[in-house]
Parts: sequence; structure tokens; C-alpha cells
Amino acid sequence: MTNGNLPLIWRKFSERYLLQGNCCETCGTCFFPARQICPNCRRKGKLVPKEMPREGKIITYTEVFTGPYGFEYETPYFIAIIELSNGARLLSQVVDSPKEKIRIGAKVKKVFRKISDIDPEGPIAYGYKFKVVG
Amino acid sequence: MIGIVGYGAYIPKYRIKVEEIARTWRKDGKAIANSLNVEEKAVAAFDEDSCTIAVEAARRAVEMSGIEAQKIGGVYVGSESHPYAVKPTASVVAEAINAGPELTAADLEFACKAGTAGIQMCMGLVIGDMPDWIEYGLAIGADTAQGKPADALEYTAGSGGAAFIIGKKESEIIASIDQTFSYTTDTPDFWRRQHAEFPRHAGRFTGEPAYFKHVISAAEGLMAKAGLKPKDFDYAAFHQPNGKFPLRVAQMLGFGEKKVRRGLLTPMIGNTYSGATMVALASVLDAAKPGEKILAVSYGSGAGSDAFALTARKPIEKKRPAVPVLEMIKEKEYISYAEYAKFRRKLKSL
Repeated sequence: MTNGNLPLIWRKFSERYLLQGNCCETCGTCFFPARQICPNCRRKGKLVPKEMPREGKIITYTEVFTGPYGFEYETPYFIAIIELSNGARLLSQVVDSPKEKIRIGAKVKKVFRKISDIDPEGPIAYGYKFKVVG
Repeated sequence: MIGIVGYGAYIPKYRIKVEEIARTWRKDGKAIANSLNVEEKAVAAFDEDSCTIAVEAARRAVEMSGIEAQKIGGVYVGSESHPYAVKPTASVVAEAINAGPELTAADLEFACKAGTAGIQMCMGLVIGDMPDWIEYGLAIGADTAQGKPADALEYTAGSGGAAFIIGKKESEIIASIDQTFSYTTDTPDFWRRQHAEFPRHAGRFTGEPAYFKHVISAAEGLMAKAGLKPKDFDYAAFHQPNGKFPLRVAQMLGFGEKKVRRGLLTPMIGNTYSGATMVALASVLDAAKPGEKILAVSYGSGAGSDAFALTARKPIEKKRPAVPVLEMIKEKEYISYAEYAKFRRKLKSL
């Protein structure tokens, strides 16, 4: 995280810290990240901010051997598409989990971690990652 | 009545054995492990710091307490490894558990005892005279302790933390805080100067005139004030810079080893500095039954001790944490010294 995109990151604190997305009161569908409009109900939809559940399961995953700038010291690491227990899906790093346990269908829970800390004099970006449970 | 309404501990899963550290410096690992009574220490992962540890502990405390995080009116984080020199850890914690924005918050530092100082500050706010100011206070002790490579502290400086929610509703209090007493002097036994990466210490001077003098004075002062004797307590949790000091101080004070055992974690996770007494107290509370009395005494170099007399209460039976500390620390993965140097960014390029 550089100073340049600080306002952008700051606006996402509730999303990154609390998994705050939103749910449509009309059809009950939840979205993460939050949507501006419900794709099911369109103008009839009413979106309200909501914290997503902190548990879910792995839908699919991959192991990254060549990480982008800022992640090169963490390779190899896993990223996964995770379906939360309310049906919302997100992409996240999977940490603290033995390789053999990172499987499709594996149960995961949210943990709070540093996402990026590349500039020793710059701000630290915190947010969510997931770990396999059980 | 004032007391603890919830608590949570967090210990990172990575461990390095004392023997592995000793191997790197070509020392006798078995002899060092034996002399310190420490087998291994917990190491925060590459993407963890005192702030992430504080958040995890705080979240567990909120979950266990059953209270709404929005009702927390004060957040204090004690650490000697705050990620920023200027920019509070406490504000990140407050936001990450959704306790803000209407609260007071600050970071604290008093070597290894800033977390217990936070408990006392929360007590003052919660039972203070100003009406409707603060209903609950959150005090956290968390550290990713720095140990200079090849220094004696490197064998014990661990990572971990615990959080305590202080409240005054009798129906919610799992352990009442019946009395607290502190003892502080200017004793330069351990320090880290501004911009210095690693702390320095005064070797053996950290024992008698520092740790033992302050812990004993605080414990005795507390017992005199509360009219209690060692035999009145069922458990004792002391600050534990190594595995031997807490056992020795217990003996000097007249507590049997059995009363200290449940809170003696340094042999398995190292000294978690600001977290040490707090994690020890959390482990004791995991086992405490209603009516049992607990003595907790922290120690922070520089130097001071905060002592607390607590009594476990009935609500504790229904409010146990999801995973007790002794279970939590069983989840572990050993790392080499090279991985440890990477995780704790002891390599110059990191």
C-alpha cells in the first residue's frame, strides 16, 4: 500500500476488517463486496449494509508460486474462492493451513491479517484472510 | 462489583524450538532449554503483528462475553511491539471488532505489563463517578516480542496476546476483581531506545532487584490490602519471562507449584511479553470454578507490577471460550531458524 491509494484503501476498511457487504431486503440475496443495485430485483430491490458470516467453504483454489509485487516473499501461497455460509462468494488468501487440508469443500473461517506491508515507512494494510478449520 | 465479563486469547500457530535457535549459534540447546525451563516459543507468521494478534484476541473476547461490541466504550492495547510508533493499534482493533466510533482508545507501553495497566484503566472508567460514560472497557496485552539474534532473550521472546472485557453488571461478571495493587520504581533492567530495533537488558540484574522485588512487593501489598493469604487462593498467574521465575516467585511467596501450573505457559509458547500475564490468567479462567480465588501479578521492566485478586463467579460456567488456551496451543507447526528470521523480518531486505 502506498500513500497514493490511501483514501481508496481507507474507504474499504469496513469491507476488509468486518466483511461488510450488503443484502437485498426484497429477495434476501447477500453480496460481497457490496453492490449498488440488486441484480435480481433491480429497482424493486432494497440493499442494506450487512456483515457477512465469518465461516464458509472452499469452492476452488490455486497455489501461487510467482506472487505480484508485495507478495513475492509469501510464495508459495494459496488463494481460494470461498462461499460464505450465506451464499456470498469472495476471493481470499488461505493461510495457516496445511497443504493437504486445502481442498474443495474444506471449511474455512476468517482471520485478521496484514495484507500488505511493503514500505517500512508507509501505512500497513490490514484485512481478511481465511484458514481451514477442523 | 467490577470484573471480567469476557476474555479471549490468541497464540500464533508457528513454533521454534529452543534447540533450533541454539543450533544456529552453536550452543548447547538442551542445557539452555533446561536452564530456562522453555522448550519452544510461539512465532507470529509473516503476515501477523501485535495488531492482528490484538484483533483476534479481542474478537474472541467479544464472542465469549456475549455483549454487543458497540457497547464497548474504551479500548486500550498494551504492547512493546506496536506496529507504528505513531498511529494507534487501538483504533484498528476498535474498528475491526466494530466497537467504534463512539469510544476512547489509546496504546499503552510499560514493557511487559502494559496490558494489565489497561485492565486497571478500564476498571477506573467503568466504575468512575461520571454517569453513563462507559459500560464496558476492553484491555488487551499483545506482543510479537523482539529478541536480538544470538542474545539470551532470543530463546524466549514469543508472540501472543489476550483481551479482557471489564464490566460492572453482576449477572455478566465471570470473575470479579476484588482488589488491585501496583508497585512501581525506576529500575532500568530492560529497555529499547527510540528507533532501536531490539531491546537491551541488564543480564542477571533483571532477576532479584527487578522481577522478584516487584512481583513479590505487589503480591504482598495486594494480599495485605485485601486481607488474604496465599492459602486463600486456588490459582496464581505470574508474569513469566522464562519457565523458572514464576515457579520460584510462587515458592518465595508461599504458593505451591500446583496453583501456578495451569497458568504456566512460557515453557510451551515463550514469553509473550505484554500478553504473558494476560494469557496465563486466561488459561486459569478456562479451568476456574465459581468461588475459586485467583491471584494475577504482572511485571514490566522499567519497572513495575500490577497485582489483582479475582474470584470466579457462577456465570463462568455458561460462558466458557470456544477453545481453551491449553487446547489452542496444541495447534502448532515447527519452523526452522531461517523461516523464523523471515517471519520476524530479521533479514535486512525484509
